[in-house]
Amino acid sequence: MTEANYIIEATYLVASILFVLGLKSLSHPDTARRGMIMAAAGMGAAVLGTLFHPSIHSYLWILVGMIVGSSIGIPMAMVPMTAMPQRTALSHAFGALAASLVGVAEYSIRGSHMGPVKMGALGFEVMLGALTTTGSLIAAGKLQEFLRGTPIQFKGQHIVNLLLALTMVGLFITWLMNPGVPIFFYGMIATALIFGVMLVIPIGAADMPVVMSLLNSYAGLSSAATGFVLSNNVLIIAGTLDGFSGFILSILMCKAMNRSITNVLFGGFGATIATDTGATGTMREVSLDDVAVQLAYANQVIFVPGYGMATAQAQHAVRELGNLLEDRGVSVKYAIHPVAGRMPGHMNVLLAEANVPYSSLYEMEQINPELPSTDVAVVIGANDVVNPDARDNPKSPIAGMPIIEVDRARSVIVLKRGKGKGFSGLENPLFFKPVTGMLYGDAKSSLSSLVQAVQKV
Amino acid sequence: MNPAILLGFVMALAGEGGDAGHIPPQVLIASLYVFALAAFLGYQVISRVPPLLHTPLMSATNAISGISLIGSIVIAGENANTLSTILGCTAVASAMINVTGGFLITDRMLKMFRKKDVIQGEEKTK
Repeated sequence: MTEANYIIEATYLVASILFVLGLKSLSHPDTARRGMIMAAAGMGAAVLGTLFHPSIHSYLWILVGMIVGSSIGIPMAMVPMTAMPQRTALSHAFGALAASLVGVAEYSIRGSHMGPVKMGALGFEVMLGALTTTGSLIAAGKLQEFLRGTPIQFKGQHIVNLLLALTMVGLFITWLMNPGVPIFFYGMIATALIFGVMLVIPIGAADMPVVMSLLNSYAGLSSAATGFVLSNNVLIIAGTLDGFSGFILSILMCKAMNRSITNVLFGGFGATIATDTGATGTMREVSLDDVAVQLAYANQVIFVPGYGMATAQAQHAVRELGNLLEDRGVSVKYAIHPVAGRMPGHMNVLLAEANVPYSSLYEMEQINPELPSTDVAVVIGANDVVNPDARDNPKSPIAGMPIIEVDRARSVIVLKRGKGKGFSGLENPLFFKPVTGMLYGDAKSSLSSLVQAVQKV
Repeated sequence: MNPAILLGFVMALAGEGGDAGHIPPQVLIASLYVFALAAFLGYQVISRVPPLLHTPLMSATNAISGISLIGSIVIAGENANTLSTILGCTAVASAMINVTGGFLITDRMLKMFRKKDVIQGEEKTK
């Protein structure tokens, strides 16, 4: 190693430490910001160090790439918070793309002179990177509603997918045995790109939190594999941290839906549901003034937001109503289900954006014991996460999924656009319970009208 | 500090850059150690992140894994062949998107998670 190499390695070590400390700081909102600034400094150090790498002959294309990347990346950081899920899906795509391009470039430089271990890591990196790139793009397209959010399914889908997966792995192995034949390598990439698309199209929008977490994990593992190829430890560390973070989130999201990862990936939830739970009866519609009186004279009100709050951009209106009630002495809390929204933590970010203090945001396990002593639970655009069938009806497709038990509150108000079913296509017995009152209309305008009505009470 | 973390960094130092051709066995073994310890460490650290911050966590890890930028930089600057330079340059751009965009949006989000008294104080000064 030359002197320059030692300096570069030192910056990588510093970066690794700062990354871990940065993630550690995310365990509390008060320390999080400072920690992430440290992590960013670590990244800066590693990049600066790399610029002195002895193999670099020209800075032109590095500079071009950096300018292009920054001019796309900075505007992408300015998107509204409601667009967070699709933005994150896009960044998974870019991360995976970067990793797989490094792999392809490395192969084009070294060719068949790499040993079998390095080739194995490189193939893994490129394969995973390629399928994550297209998969994430499809996910982003679904979230942005360029593509239909409902699952896209056809007959024999599982067989097609299985054949694609086998072809992909088969080409990978054939290439490992014939390293000098690039056609196998590029064939593998092409199959992986198609496989990524096929993997995500049958998954419904409501299962996106799991898919997002899985893609996050794949993008990270692809980066870690890059680290093995380049024998670069900071890449291995950062990629592994990313991969494991995604993996842990996937497990948490699956637990929050009481489903396995295989079921989410291959179940095609939402398209094939025909087993109606037979929940019928009349839905009781309530008037604005009626709701306003209930809220104004309550001791405790709990808001339960879902994806409908995001689509209606109603977070500021919720908070306005919450503040008004707090000024009247009502205790106001917000209950967040782990899979509410389209990505982990989606609702928390939206409410924080609307200036709700984080101490008012409660997790499902914390809030459920409080519901029986709550006067009014207000459900805003959430459906499955408050469906009592998950608890009461073992035959329900969502049986066993933990829910926020709003039906235990003394009164439930459901803000809903229309009388239709939720994203999962399931009938929700909550809407037919005597304790429930339905307030139809756009969540944002309903909430704004409620603010005015409460002021008059 | 947890001894496992220390060991992880020692192992990180031990892996020397074998930039051409084969990966020497000792480097591979060191890499596997780094991977295993980073996985363990990641599990420990990330399980402690509350659901409240799961969206910032995802964008933070995304930004951090933009570290593949350093691999891309070397390839883009190496001038080995036209294809690799084009791929390297594109990779630098993609990774840079995640690094700049990821850290900026994470900070933007984390800025929003505030305590009650902080929010009330701000509203009074308005």
